Amino acid sequence: MNRTAPLVLGIETSCDETGIGIVRGETLLANVIASSMEEHARYGGVVPEIAARAHLEAFTPTLESALVEAGVALTDFDAIAVTSGPGLSGALMVGIAAAKALAVSLDKPLYAVNHLVGHVGVDVLAGDELEYPTIALLVSGGHTSLLLVRDLVSDVELLGETIDDAAGEAFDKVARLLGLPYPGGTEIDRAARDGDAQAIRFPRGLSLPRDLEDHRYDFSFSGLKTAVARHVERLRDAGEDVPIADIAASFREAVIDVLITKALAACVDLGVPRLLLGGGVVANARLRDVAAQRSAKAGVALRIPPLSLCTDNGAMIAALGAQLIMSGRKPSGLEFGSDSTLPVTEILV
Amino acid sequence: MLLAIDTSAGTGVALVEGDVILAERVVEDTRRHAEVIGSLVTECLADAGVAVAALTGIAVGMGPGPFTGLRVGIAAANAFALGAQKPLLRVASHDAIAFGHYASGGGGALLVTTDARRRERYWSAFSGCDEHFLPVRSAGPGIVRPDALESELPDHAHHIRLDAEWVSAGAVGRLAERMAAHGRDFAGRSPLYLRSPDVTLAAGPKRVTA
Ligand SMILES: [Zn+2]
Repeated sequence: MNRTAPLVLGIETSCDETGIGIVRGETLLANVIASSMEEHARYGGVVPEIAARAHLEAFTPTLESALVEAGVALTDFDAIAVTSGPGLSGALMVGIAAAKALAVSLDKPLYAVNHLVGHVGVDVLAGDELEYPTIALLVSGGHTSLLLVRDLVSDVELLGETIDDAAGEAFDKVARLLGLPYPGGTEIDRAARDGDAQAIRFPRGLSLPRDLEDHRYDFSFSGLKTAVARHVERLRDAGEDVPIADIAASFREAVIDVLITKALAACVDLGVPRLLLGGGVVANARLRDVAAQRSAKAGVALRIPPLSLCTDNGAMIAALGAQLIMSGRKPSGLEFGSDSTLPVTEILV
Repeated sequence: MLLAIDTSAGTGVALVEGDVILAERVVEDTRRHAEVIGSLVTECLADAGVAVAALTGIAVGMGPGPFTGLRVGIAAANAFALGAQKPLLRVASHDAIAFGHYASGGGGALLVTTDARRRERYWSAFSGCDEHFLPVRSAGPGIVRPDALESELPDHAHHIRLDAEWVSAGAVGRLAERMAAHGRDFAGRSPLYLRSPDVTLAAGPKRVTA
């Protein structure tokens, strides 16, 4: 096997995106995504069984278009990498079954990798060398996690995560509350454009001194969601207009404030002057702006991979697989299963 | 020579040539499909001493079966066919059960049922088999509570009833070989889920204040 610049196929099916990525070493050759997001829209959130069915349907066409995009054949690969967790079990199993069958039929080694670490690893495709240690803030509809990455392939620690809703989920729920469609992130963003972010002071979850003792790097968004609901109900009960723009802007500001405050606190506390963002919520322009301003002020170097690599995708899985191979790690074998709560310390299963 | 996979109950993998099962591996556990599928395929190939290149196709049981497990076998078969560059032959898993019955000397009208969980059964009815022992489906597949079978299939009492615990991948492979030999149409691309995903449409947001 080529261990200096291996050609790796990456398979990602942990949530509602069927992602196939192809990398050669640290070079991105293809990144094709089929999303079932629209099928979930009428339910206001990802329905696991719908996602799993969509993965099965999308898998072959997505793989075929990635091969065309990269200009490679299945027999060319040095290895296959697949997400084995964390994520939705039924969805993960589609990718795992397909990855195993490809590995056996092509007689290629198989690497089962961690989705969250994949969000960090994708940065190697962005060009400049990723420096360690770095703090990584991963925010999506499925996760909100703060990581300390000392080494991508061998030393990742979970500093904190959400204790209830993921940030992306909070956007979806508040969007519904305001009568906005799914997915909430882009809709809240649009609604917030003309709003005053300071109009309403919504609570910052787990930010009070007594919460910080046990949950310094953890997040909570369910209290914030309830506060928005209360605010809206009070206005409606009083027969007043609901200022959607102001509420959306103030809510978004509260989410972003907590995310960036905690991420930068970790940078300062641990003496790590680097912050990497990942996950679909990074598509939020206001999040990127606030992160840029406050990182600069704190003397922290901010890294944001291109948006197409921030949302769930197969390239990040291929990239992490390639890094593991280049560092000499052994493949996973064929016995592993899906692990919906795979800890970040298990970079390679 | 076919690699046959069926995960509509447990996980079954077999290597079949014509009517002969060269190797077969079974894990009955209905919660370990994704874990065992790769090793079972490897073991079957090794057992029979067969290289992937020597296969003529991949046969797969399309269900009916509980979603999560059923999908594992179909996903694996799709991907294996792609990797091996061999045709994929899809059959209804109940047809393989019926074929097993007829090919081993059974006759008559047949009612095949398998466990659909939640106190329901998947069912298919067959009027008999043709001269090649290929089963002739007369109704189904469907899903039913046992006490409602009467309304779904009024003449069910005239059928030999076969409540199967399990679908043999060997039978899936033999059936597919025989269907191919006689130019029959294979099953369609869609898995036989027979149940919609469990979702309730979101009613508006609930009040949080009294
Ligand atoms: Zn993700």
